[in-house]
Amino acid sequence: MSDAPLLETHNLISWYGDFQALFGIDFHVMPGEVVAVIGANGAGKSTLINSIAGLLPGEAGSVRFAGQSIGDWPAHRIAYLGITIVPEGRQLFPSLSTEENLIIGGQTARPGPWNLAAVYDLFPVLAERRHQPSTSLSGGQQQMVAIGRALMSNPDIILFDEISLGLAPIIINDIYAALPRIIGEGMSAVIVEQDISRALKVSDRACCLQEGRVSLEGISAELSRDAVNQAYFGI
Amino acid sequence: MEWVNAIIQGILLGGLYALFAAGLSLIFGVMRLVNVAHGDLIVMAAFLALVVTQTLGIHPLATLMIVIPVMAGIGYALQRGILNRTLGDDILPPLLVTFGLSVILQNGLLEIFSADNQKMNAGAIEIMSIPVADKINIGVMPLIVFGVAVAVIAGLQWVFYRTALGRAFRATSDNQSIAQLMGLNNKHIFGLAMALALVVVALAGVFLGVRTSFDPSVGPGRLIFGFEAVIIGGLGNLWGTLIGGIILGVSQNIGAQINPGWQLLAGHISFLVVLAFRPRGLFPRIEG
Repeated sequence: MSDAPLLETHNLISWYGDFQALFGIDFHVMPGEVVAVIGANGAGKSTLINSIAGLLPGEAGSVRFAGQSIGDWPAHRIAYLGITIVPEGRQLFPSLSTEENLIIGGQTARPGPWNLAAVYDLFPVLAERRHQPSTSLSGGQQQMVAIGRALMSNPDIILFDEISLGLAPIIINDIYAALPRIIGEGMSAVIVEQDISRALKVSDRACCLQEGRVSLEGISAELSRDAVNQAYFGI
Repeated sequence: MEWVNAIIQGILLGGLYALFAAGLSLIFGVMRLVNVAHGDLIVMAAFLALVVTQTLGIHPLATLMIVIPVMAGIGYALQRGILNRTLGDDILPPLLVTFGLSVILQNGLLEIFSADNQKMNAGAIEIMSIPVADKINIGVMPLIVFGVAVAVIAGLQWVFYRTALGRAFRATSDNQSIAQLMGLNNKHIFGLAMALALVVVALAGVFLGVRTSFDPSVGPGRLIFGFEAVIIGGLGNLWGTLIGGIILGVSQNIGAQINPGWQLLAGHISFLVVLAFRPRGLFPRIEG
């Protein structure tokens, strides 16, 4: 790990119309680091992810990636930098087949180890379903496509937004079992997760949001349950 | 025999209507934009071809070499410059803006070209025909138009389902936010979709100008035929649009066969019948 953060936000503020969702978030991810973002519903976790990805407008200096100010860049430009999302609710393209969903993930044509063959190797079930409409897959398989689609861009950092939401526990286990292979190649990751203990287990560092502010930050293994509870619920 | 002839000529006319409709269908499919100025853009393409054929002295069909790229460029600029700004959750702004564009185009053309009827002379090819049976002749020109319509529909179908551009069209149409996360600039994609739509408009305009006389006010009528063909065939289904055009053309010719005054009425009635019994059209796209 080098000293300079790969991704950092500085006093990040975000609005949904008249509603302010983030009140000055300072957040960073080091190269190769896995950071968990936890927090109650409406704490601003997804807003943070969407702001970093460029889906929500912001100040130029509020998001920096590899030393570059990208806070005011549009999402399609940020994608070429190597920032990718596994969005909440998977959000596959229903008009595209399984394979087309993966191919379009590689739209940016960044060089790297991930391609169709590598994704099919990671999730063999997708190879069997490659020509089926993405809507015909089960929830877990759709999540695999969403992860594969993100990997196809050979990202430097991958933002997972609520990967286990709406999935059966056994499927969630499978997805997390595959996680080391996904982010094992020196990739950084941000994991937004409702399940606090799982989030702390898979991450190097954790950041808890509460009502649009950072309420706790630290090395995941060193955070006490009480401190997390207090930061999470504000009690 | 007269009836068989009416049906055959109606099918061929349907090809022209499918060309009116294909661009409309394409942009609605990609960006949910209803372009009220579509008919006027067809008429503009016809006038553009008229100017080219008069200044350069080339055959009307040869003007396509100029009209197609010019219209594609106009389409891209129009989308990036104006129409992209109107797109959002509300469907009213694009309707109002394209309605305004329609008024501007009609009056602009009127100012430049006057209200006189114009027609392009395609020479001998206009009166050439192939006799297929007693009292039934198929005109070469209508046959070319029909062939081009089939080729255009097949070509669009290929672009949509077999190319990277088509994949980008479908992905952007499905989910604009996520498409951007894949590195697709939706504004550029929409610009390309409008450019492609106006390539079809260029073809429709040139064939319109060769087949019939036109003046600056005929755009809205072409728009209606285009709309009717799209709705009869089913929204978002390109082959359906071709069949919709054919049904419209055949109905109009059968109406005219009964009574010359009933041509347009018969077309509208068949449209209303489809709308009443199959509101989503005959071949609606199967939603996933």
